[in-house]
Amino acid sequence: MVLKVFFPSCCSSADSGILIGRWISEQNSAVILAVVHFPFIPVQVKQYLGEVQRVTKVSVSVLGSWSNSKQEKEESLSKFLEDLGTIFCHEPWIQISKEGDSKFWSCSTLQKHSKNPQEEEIILVYYDQRKVMLSHLHPPLDTAGQRAEDASKLSAIFDTVARSQVLFMTDRYDEGPIKLTHWQSDGVEASIIVELMKQASVPACMLLTFLLSLLSGICRSRVLKFWPLSFLWSKLSTCEQLGHRLQHLQVISSNKKAQNQNQLMRKANIFVSLLIDVALGILLMSWLYRKNRIGHLADTLIPVADRVAEELQDLLQWLMGAPAGLKMNRALDQVLGRFFLYHIHLWISYIHLLSPFIEMILWYVGLSACLGLTVALCILSDIIALLTFHIYCFYVYGARLYCLKIYGLSSLWRLFRGKKWNVLRQRVDSCSYDLDQLFIGTLLFTILLFLLPTTALYYLVFTLLRLLVVIVQGLIHLLVDLIDSLPLYSLILRLCRSYRLAAGVKFRVLEQQDGKPLRLLMQINPLSYGGVVQTYRLPTYSCYPKDSWASLCKKLFLGELIYPWKHKGEKQN
Amino acid sequence: MAEERRFRSVSGASIALRRRQHSASCRELAVRGPRLQLRSLSAATSAVWLAAYGLFALSENSMVLSAAIFITLIGLIIYLHFVKIDQESLLVIGSLGIQVTSSYASGKESTTFIEMGQVKDVVINEAIHMQKVIYYLCILLQDPEDPQGVSEVVPLFQSSKPRLDCLIEVYKSCQEILEQRKTAPQSS
Repeated sequence: MVLKVFFPSCCSSADSGILIGRWISEQNSAVILAVVHFPFIPVQVKQYLGEVQRVTKVSVSVLGSWSNSKQEKEESLSKFLEDLGTIFCHEPWIQISKEGDSKFWSCSTLQKHSKNPQEEEIILVYYDQRKVMLSHLHPPLDTAGQRAEDASKLSAIFDTVARSQVLFMTDRYDEGPIKLTHWQSDGVEASIIVELMKQASVPACMLLTFLLSLLSGICRSRVLKFWPLSFLWSKLSTCEQLGHRLQHLQVISSNKKAQNQNQLMRKANIFVSLLIDVALGILLMSWLYRKNRIGHLADTLIPVADRVAEELQDLLQWLMGAPAGLKMNRALDQVLGRFFLYHIHLWISYIHLLSPFIEMILWYVGLSACLGLTVALCILSDIIALLTFHIYCFYVYGARLYCLKIYGLSSLWRLFRGKKWNVLRQRVDSCSYDLDQLFIGTLLFTILLFLLPTTALYYLVFTLLRLLVVIVQGLIHLLVDLIDSLPLYSLILRLCRSYRLAAGVKFRVLEQQDGKPLRLLMQINPLSYGGVVQTYRLPTYSCYPKDSWASLCKKLFLGELIYPWKHKGEKQN
Repeated sequence: MAEERRFRSVSGASIALRRRQHSASCRELAVRGPRLQLRSLSAATSAVWLAAYGLFALSENSMVLSAAIFITLIGLIIYLHFVKIDQESLLVIGSLGIQVTSSYASGKESTTFIEMGQVKDVVINEAIHMQKVIYYLCILLQDPEDPQGVSEVVPLFQSSKPRLDCLIEVYKSCQEILEQRKTAPQSS
């Protein structure tokens, strides 16, 4: 069978010595982790390997010998290396030798107990040790659970290198009996900034946890739970968003270290997302408060509300006349029109009452934009909802009236045909009515039928207006969700250090020479951006409408109230 | 050891198959499609700009011209980077796996590596494409639960679409290497 040797490219220029690593017998492959140089005492080497094995749980052993002769090939050295094979008995004993600066190495194996003494082919695969150690392999999503041990042979190699981190801790400047060469043998690297941040993060986390516990204690206090206030909190999307961010802060400031890669990435994503959010919010705030833009905004708010009310009044006058050439029932038309006009009049007076305080309220509310851009967007959405509250009221009135009419019509239509709805059996049954019941029923049926176009028109107009407002609010919420759930840290990692997120590997065939083993270079194939977003998306609190288009149209036709954007945890009304 | 032969694709375009044997158990098969022609590029650009100039003559708005230039540049970049595949290659390494690479005209390479343990077989399949019946080469992936089952079919050479004669050459080369893993003694 073919023997595969995974050789770290950092050891290509190492001095002669013996190779240590892991032998995976099922795949007939040897993963070489480091080179131990002369002089060494075999007993000490075995002791050291035993300790490493105990700590890392990776079966590290001596796999073979490596000879790097700068001059001519030395016969005595090769004999000496062969004899080493008897001391560290390993089956098969791999011998790699490099002459001078040649790219093409000769590789051979010694098999003492082999049954078939044929020459087996050897493939030499170079890999970048540091990148493979830091990389995280992402298995394809659909087969995540089942194929744990069996399938990915490559994940065994990644696993071996990642878990042998303690082997890479000693560098060549350390005094010790064993001299190793691996990717860190020129000196262990570390960053001062990272170390300082790690030290500073512990007290910062404790302070944050304390503050958050105070805050959540206040939020949960009985004072805020009384009926009108709790109803208000549940309707305002700003409070939902603030609660969501509070949860995120709790996740970041918890003292437990992240157990695995997913949790670590999640924490990092939440942290970067919060940071960018707050930065954008502060930018927005500085832009708003410069040149007194808040004052201008407050000044234009009242005229805009007035303008909307005027447009609505014009619309109602149009409906009360002969809209689009249709002939309405005059009496009903006048009643409905006057009713809605009075509503608008009340609304305008209310807005004018508030107008002196608007600027101050807006100024203080604008300060909360420093909590994040998402909070500012949610406040915008809430302001839109409050300003168009009358449109919402009109929609509810129109819908209820229309709904009543439709149910009345359907019930009287059944009466007209001599049938009845059986509530017990949930079906339509025939029924014999008295003459006076039939008479009154038919009369009411005709009245309702001829009044239908008027009510339907009012319902249609107000539903369209309400849908417009819902679409605008929906777009704002979509933007908020996007900012909430985008895994920014993972995307930046994919951009800058793409080897950390691996979807697989790719091989490149290097120059070959006849008689020498096949040389391949193993590189990391990074995950695509779509894959990164799909794997590391943060969960959000809003669920998108489960209604299909067909059920939505049905609800609109029957006049049932629609609530397109529901949040998780709210009961369906 | 490399050799190159010319074949035809399903649509009649001329393609080249290059075979390289790196070692006894490693072979590389690359199919190169026709390169981007200068005359089709100039024809497309001139058509877009003539249309833009016609619109400009009608509307007297110079934004139309700058928009046309912008669209042409962006369209060309997108075409070269995401659509036009120059070469598709198959690298079969016995006992490691099969690697499928597509190289785009802008130099981008997209690679997928399938381990030998997941590969059940490499076969030539028939498919109905528009009004024709064409042959295509595909890799069958093993289903982990069912030893006889196939979990996925990975089609190869989808953009160059070689004809049956070219596919037979590639098939024979692949099967020679895949057979080695059956004759080699299995170590569990």
